[in-house]
Amino acid sequence: MTVTHETNTEPAMPTQTIQDPAVESHVGQDRIEKVTAAAYRIRHHALNMGEVQGQGYVGQALGAADMLATVYGDQLRFKAGDPHWEARDRFLLSTGHYAIGHYAALAEAGIVPVAELETYGSDDSRLPMSGMSTYTPGMEISGGSLGHGLTIAVGMALGLRYQGSDARVFNFLSDGELDEGSTWEAAMGAHHHQLGNLTAMVDINALQADGKTDTVLRTEPVTEKWESFGWYTQRVDGNDVGALLAAFDNAAAQAAAVGRPSVILCDTKVGRGVPLLENRDKAHFMRIEEHEWQTCREQLTAGYEGKASA
Amino acid sequence: MSTTTEAPSTTTAVKPKLKTSAMIASFADPGQKTASAPFGHALVKAAQENDRIVGLTADLGKYTDMHIFAKAFPERFFQMGMAEQLLFGAAAGLAETGLVPFASTYSVFAARRAYDFLCLDAAEPNLNVNIVGGLPGLTTGYGPSHQATEDMAIFRGMPNLTIVDPCDSVDIEQAVPQLAASEGPTYLRLLRGNVPTVLDEYDYTFELGKAKVLRGGNDVVFISSGLMTMRALQAAKALEAHNVDVAVVHAPTIKPFDAGTVLAEINTDRLAVTLENHSVVGGLFETVASSMVAAGLGKRVVPVALPDQFLDAGALPTLHDRYGLAMDRIVAKVLAELG
Repeated sequence: MTVTHETNTEPAMPTQTIQDPAVESHVGQDRIEKVTAAAYRIRHHALNMGEVQGQGYVGQALGAADMLATVYGDQLRFKAGDPHWEARDRFLLSTGHYAIGHYAALAEAGIVPVAELETYGSDDSRLPMSGMSTYTPGMEISGGSLGHGLTIAVGMALGLRYQGSDARVFNFLSDGELDEGSTWEAAMGAHHHQLGNLTAMVDINALQADGKTDTVLRTEPVTEKWESFGWYTQRVDGNDVGALLAAFDNAAAQAAAVGRPSVILCDTKVGRGVPLLENRDKAHFMRIEEHEWQTCREQLTAGYEGKASA
Repeated sequence: MSTTTEAPSTTTAVKPKLKTSAMIASFADPGQKTASAPFGHALVKAAQENDRIVGLTADLGKYTDMHIFAKAFPERFFQMGMAEQLLFGAAAGLAETGLVPFASTYSVFAARRAYDFLCLDAAEPNLNVNIVGGLPGLTTGYGPSHQATEDMAIFRGMPNLTIVDPCDSVDIEQAVPQLAASEGPTYLRLLRGNVPTVLDEYDYTFELGKAKVLRGGNDVVFISSGLMTMRALQAAKALEAHNVDVAVVHAPTIKPFDAGTVLAEINTDRLAVTLENHSVVGGLFETVASSMVAAGLGKRVVPVALPDQFLDAGALPTLHDRYGLAMDRIVAKVLAELG
């Protein structure tokens, strides 16, 4: 596993410093297997939803499945039957178009029935193409206009802390979203207000609507940016479940206790888990032919079973 | 700047004192009864009774009277810095956790810069986020960067949003608890500092969503909102000297609009005039006009409003006179209309 630890030498707080983060996390194999299995099912759900629509943000869902599985399978405190439970942790999806992956994760979590997934993007469905809080149980905000999620997350984290709640707030962003100035307003605000109950996770797939991120608007060096904004910053392989789990463990152990917001920068691969799509020309809106869906599922399952038996 | 002292010339003529464009110019008349920071004090009072009320600002606490609240409830006040997108996104987040945020900045920044955040994060989920906008319309001489001449035009299209344009300290004091108690997002066109107290002389209470007849009159009916209700009342008194009898209807809630009360007053043979501290585009005049058309009421209405243009910088009294909001200009316009 490859966890890149933060290197910021400046103390986050006037009176407290983060201890040497060079701790080797011990993530048990049982946790890794549980999350890996969840990620497999999330990917499988996403392919099924994509097939019904004949299109959709399947590439992003496959790429982010490990991040979503780690959050819903290991980190998030929730009650499947009570999506508005006051003490729940909040998961805010900024990137509304990742809803396909999020719905799959909500199904995996038992918040949305698996049978309902096939309505994705259809008229009168509770699962619209872009995630909206007013439509879907477990969808905390209406994303889609990028750059909103982290600003709302700051308010939620402030509000929960003020009310004495120990609930945590997670915000899922994409690297394209780092183009938006409001993301950085919120990054400053979270550090200023010492929001240790806030964790951002950024899907860095190096792709956005008009092309590769480094040709549209260069966001790198991303790690240094977040560090300089005062966040406890880790960059990991976002398709390595063990690395993701270790990063969340580190964030909780190293940053939250001293009131420092955490960001986990996750390098992911669009189409991950399905070689046919991994090797296809990368596109924001990936085209998949009608006859290819079954092949995709077979490749996904073969890869998962191969990994599981390895 | 030179620090050398020179003997003052005895031959130079005395320069006339210039009228200047102070950032926070009061529109109160000399000697007028005023209340200090009515919004800040009203918010403190409301917060004493409702522990879910919190306050935020974007580096303009002192200039939106939010500092009164911040001093009274430091643990319930959140300074968000000069970052209006964060201000309103965070206000929505606070409301998502069950709190009742009042978030202040200047109207220009709320309406122009942060619209997307208010629209999608507060209005679409219908959260109790209360926007407090300073310097609405023409209440500063700083020019278009600070003059929110089209804020109501921008905000009227936002579903779920309640828009309140208060006249004076009485309106503000009575509106704040009602805004906190109402579901969904609200926008208050804030009057700050020493705010005139006008409506205490009338049989009046602020009711969210209601227009009120402040005085009757047989020749002319004024439909007004915001500080222009104060001017409307002054103009009505001045017109008595010309034997013109003017009714004044105050419509502080622009949305949802009390068309019933207003149209009943307009649907007479009196000259109808709307008065607003806002562009003639998209504010009170057009709200009244669309209500009339929808009701099948065809009648000429004379607007007293700011022109559809970027306004000059300068001293507030100069500008109110230049753009027709001054009391004398209203009187002259009415007399001209009556021929």
